[in-house]
Amino acid sequence: MAHNPNPETQHDIQSEDVKAEQIAVMREELLRFTILQLRDPTLAEDVVHEAMIAALAPGRYSGRGSLKSWVFAILRNKIIDAIRQRSRHSAEVFSEDDGSDLDDQFKDNGHWKKTQKPADWGHPETVLASEQFWVIFELCLNALPENTARVFMMREHLGLELREICQELALSDRNAWVIMHRARNQLRRCLEVNYIHGELI
Amino acid sequence: MMNCKHATQLMSQALDRELSFNEGLRLKVHVLICTGCSHYNKQMGLLRKAMQELRKR
Repeated sequence: MAHNPNPETQHDIQSEDVKAEQIAVMREELLRFTILQLRDPTLAEDVVHEAMIAALAPGRYSGRGSLKSWVFAILRNKIIDAIRQRSRHSAEVFSEDDGSDLDDQFKDNGHWKKTQKPADWGHPETVLASEQFWVIFELCLNALPENTARVFMMREHLGLELREICQELALSDRNAWVIMHRARNQLRRCLEVNYIHGELI
Repeated sequence: MMNCKHATQLMSQALDRELSFNEGLRLKVHVLICTGCSHYNKQMGLLRKAMQELRKR
């Protein structure tokens, strides 16, 4: 993508509409995410640096979509490259995990406890259009335990296949399914308590 | 009959692997008759959609 098809809408990154401060804040956010994924602050710094240089090179950002999502799209590919290139870290900290902590939502017969039964959230489009939802969603994502968040983000944010994640983290399929299930379950509960029920107050 | 605990596991796994014909069928039947799991299933779809949206924000 060397040339922008619509030169008149092209944004010059060096111009004042993209402020240095905005870039600094964004860099912090990208770095936090990258460190979570790579667990190697030095490598993460390099990857973020490279991504930002590539993204902010003159003439590359078309001005369509937010600057953050543009930089992130490039960063995502750089993280995936870094994950694929490096040799797997030997001392991963995932222990076998049977997900039994998820059981407290169910009665002995495996059906929902009355108080835990998932509620109707209404139309997905309405939920996704709510600013309040996004604020709470980000809080809920940040509340995931580190290892859970890492696997969940590799799958749902970087878009890697579970097979690849298992290879990178030396996880069994079974273990990975449990971690993904835990992440989704925790997010669901967090949203239900804080967004769905919270909003009714 | 499949219970809700097992159904929730399969609803998550369905987002990460292809369920077998048998698993898919049993899950579908369960979700049809269980309101809690039917809500859960929609929420799983919404979570995936939200994560895709999040990339664009």
